[in-house]
Amino acid sequence: MSVMLKVDHISKTFNPGTINEKTALRDISLEMEEGDFITVIGGNGAGKSTLLNAIAGVWPVDSGSITIGGENVTGLADFQRAHLIGRVFQDPMMGTAPTMQIDENLALAARRGKKRTLRWHCSKSEREKYHEQLKSLHLGLEDRLTQKVGLLSGGQRQALTLLMASIQKPKLLLLDEHTAALDPQTAKKVLELTREIVERDHLTALMVTHNMRDAIATGNRLIMMYEGKILLNLAGEEKKKLTVDDLMKKFEEASGEEFADDQTLLSK
Amino acid sequence: MNSLILISRLELSFGALLNSMPSGIAQGIIWGIMALGLYITFRLLDVADLSVDGTFTTGGAVTVMLLLAGWNPWAAMLVAFLAGMIAGTVTGLLHTKLGIPSILSGILTQFALYSVNLAIMGFTANKAISVDKYTMAISSRSIPAALMTGIAVAAVLIAAMYWFFGTEIGSSMRATGCNPEMSKAQGINIDVMKVMGLAISNAIVAFAGGLMAQYQGFADINMGRGAIVIGLAAVIIGEVIGDALLGKHLNFAGKLSFIIVGGIIYYLVIVVVLWLKLNSNLLRLFTAIIVAVFLAVPNLQQHAKNSFRKAGKNSVKPQEVK
Repeated sequence: MSVMLKVDHISKTFNPGTINEKTALRDISLEMEEGDFITVIGGNGAGKSTLLNAIAGVWPVDSGSITIGGENVTGLADFQRAHLIGRVFQDPMMGTAPTMQIDENLALAARRGKKRTLRWHCSKSEREKYHEQLKSLHLGLEDRLTQKVGLLSGGQRQALTLLMASIQKPKLLLLDEHTAALDPQTAKKVLELTREIVERDHLTALMVTHNMRDAIATGNRLIMMYEGKILLNLAGEEKKKLTVDDLMKKFEEASGEEFADDQTLLSK
Repeated sequence: MNSLILISRLELSFGALLNSMPSGIAQGIIWGIMALGLYITFRLLDVADLSVDGTFTTGGAVTVMLLLAGWNPWAAMLVAFLAGMIAGTVTGLLHTKLGIPSILSGILTQFALYSVNLAIMGFTANKAISVDKYTMAISSRSIPAALMTGIAVAAVLIAAMYWFFGTEIGSSMRATGCNPEMSKAQGINIDVMKVMGLAISNAIVAFAGGLMAQYQGFADINMGRGAIVIGLAAVIIGEVIGDALLGKHLNFAGKLSFIIVGGIIYYLVIVVVLWLKLNSNLLRLFTAIIVAVFLAVPNLQQHAKNSFRKAGKNSVKPQEVK
């Protein structure tokens, strides 16, 4: 077992020195072993997505360091550390290029972190491979390889984005509430698919969710964030035995606040 | 009062119209080639690049000056191509590295190019070149040859663009224009892609400027003025017609071919306007109206299907039935 992700005392304040100043991450540290699947919960503004964005390199952190797969990426922009990371966003429109074909999107993802040259964007053997991989999604997309992604539904696009994120086994898979914008049934399917892919490819994954049940039922670890800090960090048996009520109680103990405020934001 | 009368003579000869058609087609092809360059920024990168008004002239100026210096016309146009590439790179860097909005970056480059273009032409506003004394790639003196050259250049360019935008780099460039966030997540340096796209686009535009200067026999400081509007006209007319004729069956090369068709149709409209003896000073007004109409059509069609007015009408219908 090796350490896949090491977040070491990172902090981030947005709009410092202005009236909109907001400290989003306060001295956060987190370590993930290879194969860890962490679910992240917390109310609005707790810093869940901010943590993922910091790891993905959307903007530089103010202090601390981030190491992925042994590589210090603190000084790298998002596209420079993309070879280590697979990302699925909350907005199903965000993870794919709508005016491009399904096979073209997959080919773009398959070249993540590789040098892009003047070779043809996708070979025949690759296309056959995509056909097989799309089949495993059970959405009938394998027969629509040359269709524009813009014609797919939100759920289909999210499934495709998942495949794109994992097509080149990433050191770290970042899932930012990727089922939140889907209808409940589709959300369930996409979550199912997520578990399948993470297990099959033995990926290290960090998944933000609003849904406490999903957070408990998914992965081997769970962290709860509050005001830019990690309140709870549960693993193993402790995580397995967890119930929604436990989680709410633990939140109240740790934060010293009534859970009621956040209850509406964290669906059971 | 006379100046207000647009149509000065009413007797119009169809023979004269037919005679001016081939020349109109040849010029239309050249504008179409320019529009291929514009297509890269306007459609693929989703940027309205106003530098082209300047780079078209740059291409013309460079080509004419090198021809006057005894260069081979194709070598001269290659230099024009490179000059356009540099200008496009400047626009790209202003936008990506200095954070100036793309439309302003283009305007700045275009503005600066006015001086640069004058300098290229030895600080004169107009430089003529005679096809009798110099070898040229294309000239209005021989229209059949000009048509052949124009079509051949367009075909080669379309083939080259079809190939490039099918490669890994070209595909990344299309992704950048389509979804920058996704592109970054896939490890694409979108700044580099934007600069590269602007460079290639302006290179093609400058190359077309070189063709135009040879065709008309001179380079003029104002020859590129309005190039973006004419280019947009060609792109949009080509798209509307291609879509109407072939719809979904049109592949990328087909789309590009229809841009050339769009350029030709645009210019034939101009020929008709001139034939009608309308005041040519009003050409720009007509062009703007044509572009506005073609830009508006898809929007209005969409609106006709999906508007509040229609919804309002539908909502009262059942009551009327009662």
